[in-house]
Amino acid sequence: MKKVIAQTEIDVNEEGYLTDFSQWTKEIGTEIANEHNIEMTDSHWQVVDWIQNKVNEGVALSIRGIKKSGVIDIKQFYALFPGGPLKVSTKIAGVPKPKSCI
Amino acid sequence: MGTKVKKMMFILSKANIDNAYAAFIMANGARMEGIEAEIFFTFFGLEAIQKKKMDHLHVATVGNPAMHMPTMIGGLPGMEALATKMMKKEMEKLDMPPVSEFIEILSDSGCKLWACKLAYEMFHLKEDDLIDELDGILTVGDFYNRADQDGCQIVFI
Repeated sequence: MKKVIAQTEIDVNEEGYLTDFSQWTKEIGTEIANEHNIEMTDSHWQVVDWIQNKVNEGVALSIRGIKKSGVIDIKQFYALFPGGPLKVSTKIAGVPKPKSCI
Repeated sequence: MGTKVKKMMFILSKANIDNAYAAFIMANGARMEGIEAEIFFTFFGLEAIQKKKMDHLHVATVGNPAMHMPTMIGGLPGMEALATKMMKKEMEKLDMPPVSEFIEILSDSGCKLWACKLAYEMFHLKEDDLIDELDGILTVGDFYNRADQDGCQIVFI
């Protein structure tokens, strides 16, 4: 599926996740965050960076991973990305939605 | 689009490790989807929120057909400990946290954790016996009253 975000045409799946990370920019991340009523701050970007690095390293994302990340604790994570933190933050980060149940 | 479930409310009544994890994983899964979650620990389920017992829950080797072993073998000394050890090893491989850490994750995620008043009294427990993350001790009626909106689901485990 094609979608225009921040004046750029990108490929997304039916849930709105980018299917090609090379198309991702910070502007696109900001725009997706806005769609979820999230105003990006430095703390948000820190989490997004961490997520992108982990995905790049091939590590499966989980809530326990967030706890151990050293970047953020779980309470802050829920506060920064309301309505399903891992789901929302991965969408902003332009990486696939995590498939794990934990 | 999207789920109509707004709040998942679990009643954990057993202390088998598989039952406890079913409740924890489903409650955590709800929070991860932006759904509210609560767990009411009653009867043997209270073991999962007792500081001294929570990390020593077992898988049942007797009376558990899924173990695929004769009941008499399951009853041999050490069998339950062995099966539990093996299961915990597999769970660790999937990055499933131990019970105490899972409780911490759930609490930090905003999942409410309640102890059943009747069972708490029946087992002569003290507040000190229970986890620090506990949100309170409730009666059944209190718990039902927390199902205060459309889209609440109550699941007995």
